[in-house]
Amino acid sequence: MLTDLLSLAMGFATLCIVLAMLCCLVRLLVGPSAQDRVLALDTLWMCAMLLILMLGMRFGSLIYFEAALLIALTGFVSTVALAKFLMRGEVIE
Amino acid sequence: MNGLETLPAWAAIIVIGMLVLGGAIVLIGALGLMRLPTFYQRIHGPAITVTLGAGAILIASMVYFTAAQSRLVVHELLITLFIMMTAPVVSMLIMRAAVYRDLRGHKGGFVGEGDVYRQAPDTPEDAAAEK
Amino acid sequence: MKRLLPFPYLSTALLLCWLLLNQSLEAAQVLLGLLLAIAIPLLTHSLLPLPRSHVRRPWLLFRLLALSMVEIVRSCFNVSRIILFRRAEGIHSQFIRVPLDLRDPYGLALLSCLINCTPGTVWAEILPGTHDLALHIFDLQDEQWWIDTIKTQYERPLIDIFEG
Repeated sequence: MLTDLLSLAMGFATLCIVLAMLCCLVRLLVGPSAQDRVLALDTLWMCAMLLILMLGMRFGSLIYFEAALLIALTGFVSTVALAKFLMRGEVIE
Repeated sequence: MNGLETLPAWAAIIVIGMLVLGGAIVLIGALGLMRLPTFYQRIHGPAITVTLGAGAILIASMVYFTAAQSRLVVHELLITLFIMMTAPVVSMLIMRAAVYRDLRGHKGGFVGEGDVYRQAPDTPEDAAAEK
Repeated sequence: MKRLLPFPYLSTALLLCWLLLNQSLEAAQVLLGLLLAIAIPLLTHSLLPLPRSHVRRPWLLFRLLALSMVEIVRSCFNVSRIILFRRAEGIHSQFIRVPLDLRDPYGLALLSCLINCTPGTVWAEILPGTHDLALHIFDLQDEQWWIDTIKTQYERPLIDIFEG
């Protein structure tokens, strides 16, 4: 009984994260301004990290943790770089 | 096959609760990102995804592996710590970039609601353009 | 001892991170972690941009962090309720101006992290030439309430911790 509920909850959480990634994707494609796209990309990245954690729980493997940590690290660095680019890269003369 | 059957009941209940909460919050945050009308409102959507959503799923992962492997598995704390340190920096940088770009875009205009970033127009032509 | 360990808290944190990353308490890992915990602060000492500041009341800092954790969870539910059930036209998002008395750069950094972590508020910048903070609020009902909350709940303890 509890086991069924547990796998159901895992399925629910995975589905929610995938739907959230779809929402981010819509914003990434539509997003009128560049900062919208950067924000959507950052959220997409965070959701990808959570999805990998969910996969790790589902397969009962600890290997996925390293992948999630690396995704969190690179996501932070790339978002900071993009935000910096938005501020400094485009100079309106 | 993957330790689901051997999980004790207390751990299973905590994991179920945290997963449902985390999944729902992540989805709500992304929905906010998708359907709110202006950028300055949209920036608040991902904030709940990053704090409570990610936090709940990380706690679920910690409890699950600790109970399934019968030893303390808390290395998810590293991700939690890292997210808690980086999320504010990211949102502040994006916010500043947006304010900066908008200030550059509307010359002498205003940014967002409220009068913090509302400046007096530089020249009469700008004031006319505002109207 | 003081020369070998200029930042005891940072060294402890580094050692803990190393052990968590490796998930073991073996003597070899502890030794390697200790080595890193001593070497990294010494090597990066010259990168410190400002003179270091001392936390005067660690207990108060701990209490502030615990209170903000509760506040983060509470405002998470507030923001998700607004996103789900409020029509977009009914949300009053606004920039407000908060005059700050806190001057210590480390205190300001911690304040910005706490404010940004709390959903519903985003720190924009400290307006140039003033000590006013431009703060964006997701759903503004009462401007004075926000200013008072930030000043009493976050700024007052931070002044006591870093400048007291």
